[in-house]
Amino acid sequence: MTKRIMWIAGLATPVMITMLLLFVELPRVIANDQPSGANAAVKIDNFVFGPQTLTVPVGTTVTWTNSDDIPHTAVSTDGVFKSKVMDTDEKFSYTFTKAGTYPYYCTIHPKMTGKVVVQ
Amino acid sequence: MPDKKQDLIDQQLQDLNNDGVDRRGFLKCMAWAGTGLVWTMSGGIPISRAFAKGHGKDVGKSGDFSFVQISDSHIGFNKPANPDVTATLQTAINKINTMPHNPDFIIHTGDLSQLSKPSEFDTLDQVLKGASAKQIYFVPGEHDMLSDNGEQYLQRYGKGTKGNGWYSFDHKGVHFVGLVNVANLKAGGMGSLGHEQLEWFEDDLKGRSASTPIVLFAHIPLWTIYPDWGWGTDDSEQALSYVKRFGSVTVLNGHIHQVMQKVEGKVSFHTAMSTAFPQPAPGTAPSAGPMKVPADRLQRVLGITDVNYVVSGRSLAVVDSPLGEGSSASESGSGPGNS
Repeated sequence: MTKRIMWIAGLATPVMITMLLLFVELPRVIANDQPSGANAAVKIDNFVFGPQTLTVPVGTTVTWTNSDDIPHTAVSTDGVFKSKVMDTDEKFSYTFTKAGTYPYYCTIHPKMTGKVVVQ
Repeated sequence: MPDKKQDLIDQQLQDLNNDGVDRRGFLKCMAWAGTGLVWTMSGGIPISRAFAKGHGKDVGKSGDFSFVQISDSHIGFNKPANPDVTATLQTAINKINTMPHNPDFIIHTGDLSQLSKPSEFDTLDQVLKGASAKQIYFVPGEHDMLSDNGEQYLQRYGKGTKGNGWYSFDHKGVHFVGLVNVANLKAGGMGSLGHEQLEWFEDDLKGRSASTPIVLFAHIPLWTIYPDWGWGTDDSEQALSYVKRFGSVTVLNGHIHQVMQKVEGKVSFHTAMSTAFPQPAPGTAPSAGPMKVPADRLQRVLGITDVNYVVSGRSLAVVDSPLGEGSSASESGSGPGNS
């Protein structure tokens, strides 16, 4: 019985230390999360960009991730940005430095469309 | 969703000639068999019939010939829907090589590769080298034009073609036209031929006798099968207006990895199975992504298409044939008076 309690205590200590470290790390994460360097994600799943309309502040880096078994692209209709071909689990990032509406589509499956609104 | 699909099929069936052929049965059977297609050209009107039921029995007379359509090899694809697409392509080639009659040539209706990689094209070439038919005609799929705007495709498979790879040729009295509808696709749209190609196509048909059998082949279907998934070509109607005066037009497509058929007047549309992986029937899944079937069923949903042209008859016979053995196929015709 005593051994068991000690074992749990032995396990709990590193967990607590890790949690404490996480709290210490947290302010730094928040510090990076300002509008000037914010991150946002678009997931490509089942031939759909999600969310279809993404609204972000100026300076946001948007990362597209392809979760399909089929390659896709994310290409700005107005020629602002153009991803390489993203195979399964591959990503593409673009940082939006100007306010505006940026429609885009998959050049391989043009029925797939999306929009990034930068404010 | 299933109702939507049924409506779609019913709508397609309404367009068919009343020729006494149970086309619904054909479609259902083909959806099950799901692999290859044999077309026989007989006097310019397409008929389709079972691979297993003595297809090609009329072939061999003077002027008669057959060819095989294969499609959507997706060399480089390695996901669960088919971890070895090279092996299934090889099986398709073996099947062609053991056909009772030798096809004059093979048509590949695109998506040769998964990612347009040189190594993928190399592998494809290696497997196709083993085909007994040495002449192979290609059109690109969207997967063959990734990254480099299709330059590599043109260098390898499109020498002497126009634009993005379109061309025409004549074979034993039949006029074949390979069209490209996977380039410069517009946001929100489907497949597209584009103004330049349409002009060329109209010009290509000028001066040809209306009795010349025409075979059009392109990757994305030239008839609207399911717009929500982009299964159609935005400007196909214009292209089809140019062939209206011809007595027999056969349209062969790929892209949707399953057999679908429609007859509209003298135009017969047909899509082929993939040699790589099946895709869901329109509207029956959240997306058109690869469909995983049990491993022992895979070879029943992949296949080839044999097309036979018989001068003395009046029809072009098409036989879809799965890669796997022991599957049945059905017999069907699409022109009045075919047998």
